[in-house]
Amino acid sequence: MRYSGLKVITEGLFGNKGWTRAWRDPAPKAEYDAIIIGGGGHGLSTAYYLAKNHGMTNIAVLEKGYLGSGNIGRNTTIVRANYFIPGNSEFYSHSLKLWEGLELELNYNVMHSQRGQVVLFHSDGQRDLQIRRANAIVNQGDDAEIMTVDQLRAEFPYLDYEQTRFPIYGGMMQRRAGTARHDAVAWGYARGADQRGVDLIQNCEVTGIDVENGVVRGVQTTRGPIRAKKVAMIAAGRSGQVAAMAGMRIPVESHIMQAFVTEGLKPVMDAVISYGMGHFYISQSDKGGLVFGGDIDMYASYAARGNLPMVEHVMEAGMTLMPMIGRAKVLRSWGGIMDMTPDGSPIIDKTPIEGLFIDAGWNYGGFKAVPASGWCMAHLMATGQSHEVARRFRLDRFRTGQLLDEEGTGSQHNLH
Amino acid sequence: MRLICPLCGPRDRREFYYSGSEDYLNRPTPDAPAEAWDDMLHLRDNPAGVTRDLWYHETGCGSWLLVTRSTTTHEILATERVADRKGAGA
Amino acid sequence: MRLADKGLIDRSKLVTFTFDGRSYVGFAGDSLASALLANGVKLMGRSFKYHRPRGVLTAGSEEPNALVEVLDDGQQTPNTRATVQEIHDGLVARSQNRWPNLRWDMLSINDLAAPFLSAGFYYKTFMWPRAFWEGIYEPLIRRAAGLGKLLPKHDTADYDRAFAFCDLLVIGSGPTGLMAALTAAKAGRDVILAEEDHMMGGRLLSDDGQIGGMASADWANATIATLRAMPNVRLMPRTTVVGAYDHGTYSALERVGLHVAHRPHLPRECFWRIVAGQTILATGALERPIAFRNNDRPGIMLAGAVQTYLNRYGVAPGRRVTLFANNDGARIVARQLMAAGVKVAAILDSRPVASVIEDCPVYIDARVTDTKGRHGLTSISVSHAAGSMEVETDLLMLSGGWNPLLHLTCHQNGRPVWREDIAAFVPKPGMIPGLTAAGSANGVFSTAECLAQGRDTAAAVLGLADLPDLPHAEAAPYAIQPFWAVPGEGRAWLDFANDVTVKDVKLSAQEGYVSVEHMKRYTTQGMAPDQGKNSNVGALAVLADATGRGIPETGTTTFRPPYVPVSIAAMGAGGRGVGFAPQRFLTSDQASRDRGAPMIEAGLWYRPSYFPKPGESTWREACDREVMMVRQTVGVADVSTLGKIDIQGRDAARFLDLVYTGTFSTLPVGRVRYGLMLREDGLVMDDGTTARLGENHYLMTTTTAAAGQVMRHLDFVHQAYCADYDLRFISVTESWAQFAVAGPKARQLLNSLLDQPLGDFPFMSCGEVTIEGVKARLFRISFSGEEGYEIAVPTPYGESLFRDLVARAETLGGGPYGMEALNVLRIEKGLITHAEIHGRVTAFDIGAQKMIATKKDCIGKASSTRPGLTGPEREQMVGLRALSDQPIGAGAHLFTPGDKVNRENGQGYVTSVCYSPTLSSWLGLAFLKDGRARHGQQIRLVDHMRKTDVLCEVCDPVFHDPEGGKLRA
Repeated sequence: MRYSGLKVITEGLFGNKGWTRAWRDPAPKAEYDAIIIGGGGHGLSTAYYLAKNHGMTNIAVLEKGYLGSGNIGRNTTIVRANYFIPGNSEFYSHSLKLWEGLELELNYNVMHSQRGQVVLFHSDGQRDLQIRRANAIVNQGDDAEIMTVDQLRAEFPYLDYEQTRFPIYGGMMQRRAGTARHDAVAWGYARGADQRGVDLIQNCEVTGIDVENGVVRGVQTTRGPIRAKKVAMIAAGRSGQVAAMAGMRIPVESHIMQAFVTEGLKPVMDAVISYGMGHFYISQSDKGGLVFGGDIDMYASYAARGNLPMVEHVMEAGMTLMPMIGRAKVLRSWGGIMDMTPDGSPIIDKTPIEGLFIDAGWNYGGFKAVPASGWCMAHLMATGQSHEVARRFRLDRFRTGQLLDEEGTGSQHNLH
Repeated sequence: MRLICPLCGPRDRREFYYSGSEDYLNRPTPDAPAEAWDDMLHLRDNPAGVTRDLWYHETGCGSWLLVTRSTTTHEILATERVADRKGAGA
Repeated sequence: MRLADKGLIDRSKLVTFTFDGRSYVGFAGDSLASALLANGVKLMGRSFKYHRPRGVLTAGSEEPNALVEVLDDGQQTPNTRATVQEIHDGLVARSQNRWPNLRWDMLSINDLAAPFLSAGFYYKTFMWPRAFWEGIYEPLIRRAAGLGKLLPKHDTADYDRAFAFCDLLVIGSGPTGLMAALTAAKAGRDVILAEEDHMMGGRLLSDDGQIGGMASADWANATIATLRAMPNVRLMPRTTVVGAYDHGTYSALERVGLHVAHRPHLPRECFWRIVAGQTILATGALERPIAFRNNDRPGIMLAGAVQTYLNRYGVAPGRRVTLFANNDGARIVARQLMAAGVKVAAILDSRPVASVIEDCPVYIDARVTDTKGRHGLTSISVSHAAGSMEVETDLLMLSGGWNPLLHLTCHQNGRPVWREDIAAFVPKPGMIPGLTAAGSANGVFSTAECLAQGRDTAAAVLGLADLPDLPHAEAAPYAIQPFWAVPGEGRAWLDFANDVTVKDVKLSAQEGYVSVEHMKRYTTQGMAPDQGKNSNVGALAVLADATGRGIPETGTTTFRPPYVPVSIAAMGAGGRGVGFAPQRFLTSDQASRDRGAPMIEAGLWYRPSYFPKPGESTWREACDREVMMVRQTVGVADVSTLGKIDIQGRDAARFLDLVYTGTFSTLPVGRVRYGLMLREDGLVMDDGTTARLGENHYLMTTTTAAAGQVMRHLDFVHQAYCADYDLRFISVTESWAQFAVAGPKARQLLNSLLDQPLGDFPFMSCGEVTIEGVKARLFRISFSGEEGYEIAVPTPYGESLFRDLVARAETLGGGPYGMEALNVLRIEKGLITHAEIHGRVTAFDIGAQKMIATKKDCIGKASSTRPGLTGPEREQMVGLRALSDQPIGAGAHLFTPGDKVNRENGQGYVTSVCYSPTLSSWLGLAFLKDGRARHGQQIRLVDHMRKTDVLCEVCDPVFHDPEGGKLRA
């Protein structure tokens, strides 16, 4: 079924009885050409591009819960391409380009909104670093601009320019950055993959990975064994457990990150705003809630919930940066499980086991990467070669020292 | 969230700094192969369940603590000072 | 309509307030909702999507409809529950999400377009043409969406945060909570009793029943008085416990000053962190509505809410009342209304078998099939066992049964269990360690059972033996037969706030969004301000029906903190303005400000940027002057922000050898050495100097930025790897004020100050000196390239020493210098800061690979040899000398002249720049691929942001006095 405004009207006139399922509910087959473990954003986009770009349609996505139940179901929805380390730059640049055509590609409105993101800086040193970043972005071919305080005042009059502990010196704006409706991204890729023949199998937990003589043979699941020559582990915060099923120990530590949404409000801010003196970033959803977040809770956890110290720290940052939000009331907070790596950058690579691939380590930046991650992972699985824009996302780079450390905080997983 | 410092008693999480799993305690010998250092610095069991990790009582007594706890429930099962554990010497 | 002689309001105190510009009068003790109802106002809000006219549905914080804006302090608070807001003189409230006014709202046109606005419609359209999304579609959607308005101005009101501790936290002060608190308090335990309402007593204030032979409200008041008199009990009214966190920590929001017009000494709200040994959840239960066509009109309310308005506030919200219920319990409300003289037109019981004996007509097997009345209910259509009819009514009470109020138990992701007999979810023990649900929150509903469970639960969790007697109370059983939705045409609301109807949930199932989480996200059911408190179970039942599953198999979405929405200002209290982070001030702070120095943030510190002189109009003029002053005479700078760690013990030397790349065990007493510290991953952590003050006594300095990190690191290395060393160290950063004295006349200045003139005191030596008898430490080190000293005195002497040093310097033609000059001086000398050692560079990169001693191990040594961390591909630190007068800036990227400017061709980047008055040129420090092999070559510096594109010469980073003769002068 093709979605369109006309279809919405004709269905509306006839009682909305004609809408069909967005995706099938197939039983797992005994064998596929490829299996993707994990039905989150990255797994679904990998399946979609395997089918679309590489003609691999005899594949299955195995999801232990419901589709999109991981971090794509709970994040602050920021889409940007403002990295500066070569290796990251080209990848996120590619991802942003894919975002820009995503609605028409998927025939699903993911509400990608290029409302801009500004990262504020609060010292000369931070300014120089943001200028370095902005220059790197422009060298990559993307957009960035440095805004003066006067320009910021004109566009964001509600920030506190006078009283704040760390005065605003300026900001780095990327106009093509913005937000998207997170669930819709999962559903759009799911529907697109399903339409191309991919089996999306929910409530199917992988309990084992079958490896013989260093070659992957398939997986064991709660719905029986499934054979496949290629298996992809795309399990985000659960990557450690999945890799352990294949006897692997990987450079990932799972951490909690909380995020927050307020009650609905009439439009009060447009762009995404990121504070530079502590993790705090905020935007307003199309429904009207202020969506914001901060840093991870800073202890390894799978609890998918956090604690008060970080909650309060995030609120304090909000109050020092933009005290107008004081009377907005937080409606809901939640915690996601972040797959943190020792340099803050992801992994899209083969493993030492033949036929077993890994896409993991998205830290807390995985949402914006969803299109390119799927694109590059599909390329790797189909061709056996790393895609050009993801070639530095090597699994062994920590041993070799080919690091991609945007934060410069070194080999401590939670500091990225 | 509260931790029990063996020296200071129950304290709020705000007093502690977290650095990661106990792997950091297993420092290889200087001539150990790259794999050993990779194991210590980067690779993690990352269990969904009981783990042992390192917390620093930064605004308290300055003790590094080895905490045994659950990553799924956050229950704290045991806490000892890093300096008190067997083999803490050079 | 206000009834005589009923309610717990204070009829002696009239209160005047306004709503939507009209003035009304209520009584002290009224909520905004009760006062409006008493004044006959039924229309209080508009719904989110269809902008349907809405009245109040509930009497509590779960209210989905009556959300208003409250104006005060020149600010406004959107989405305030009229059911919670207490009225006070001068209260100004207005309706929201409507234009131009509440009665006539233009966007109610959406209601007519409802067929095209079904669940998830926006995912299927607005895609073409692409450029229209940001330009047209999205702004339209955003303007239509949202509820209340936030003013784009700072909220400068007062908020507070606090900690509290107790043996037992009791949440809720109904029969269960009061009995639990009383039991624990009498046993001497520290008890906190938190109650969301401003009056304690919970439903005892509303139910008009009897306990221990007295009116239940009187029993509640007597019990509360007993508790209040006990020193081990803290009563916290107006306090909603909103979150359950780890290890007995709960968050709670107290509405401290929202009920008074003027609060010069009160914060608006206080956000509490309560740490409890044990917690009893005695929050009661929430009544749920029933879905049927047009069940959302003003005048349709929950039965329990009507009971509260009747008995607590003395208000009859209608004159001709009907009740639609699936249980026995709700009939008491009809009886109480009749007893108060209010006409009850009919009781409509959905059950096929139920008593028909009441003082009003009762219809069994009844269904409300439709309703009429745009701005207020006028009549309902009913089908029942014996036929169908129209009933004129202005108040339809609904009771679809009760949901235990178990939200807090879900905050750690535990899932409740379904109980068929009460058709509701109840908490499972242990969902939150240390929290036990009791009373209606645990699925028991009679007052007698609640009292007993309150007492027995307190006894059980605290291990008490001596228990108070239970008073006699009502023990009627709760008989319910689930009934969720009347089938039929039209829209039947589940989620009133977000306008989610039965049809939407069915459509979601039809389209394959059958997981309860998919349904929620696709329809937005349960995502409104009430977070599904009124609708989740009903929607779940509809989804279960649509998918042919039972309710337990369908599952639940989870409740997450906070239980009720909490203002950002309360949770972030204290963070506004300078409160966001501690402020650290130098001892010279006032002296610097006295001289007009702008103070800038350096981490948590404030440091002087420069010291302006009359006639200087820019910072650059002052900076250039200060640089030349240091180069030609003498300058004084406060360097106390550098971390200082005092290290002592027989193994101090061994320890330093382990944490530094260099060797410190060979450092003679009275000497200072530069040290480079690596992280264990082989990258540079920090640098600084360490002085050997005695055989077993060292003083380490760190950079300002890394002081905390280094202290942590030293503690780790010591405790983890060499706990058996004879070693102690402590941060003494705040114990010493330390000043740099630099320049050709530095020694002259010091000799004028010290009690004994300096003898032989070569570069990199240290020793003790005295100033007017005060012991001070002197280090001959330099961060400027000139003959330099740093003199340290105990902090109390810092300010006077700084003033003295500056005064003496001025007599020599010198003076103070600030951060700007300090930065220029160090760049001219090629000295690094964290602009260079930014966490991604190695000793190799900064040309310090020879500083890693070969004969010993050190932290980071092994990892620094990883192949990716050395070699010509690495960007290595170089100096840049601009070949034109055009300013250059840090953050610029470097390219080989002739290459295209793009990422692939990048050769490096600039980390620090300055205009050097010494060399009359722009200088930079940069990292350049294979940079050390490129000295003498030209490099192209491109800075898109500053619009710079110039050539520079690559050179050694030490521009000034490369031989170091001045240092050793």
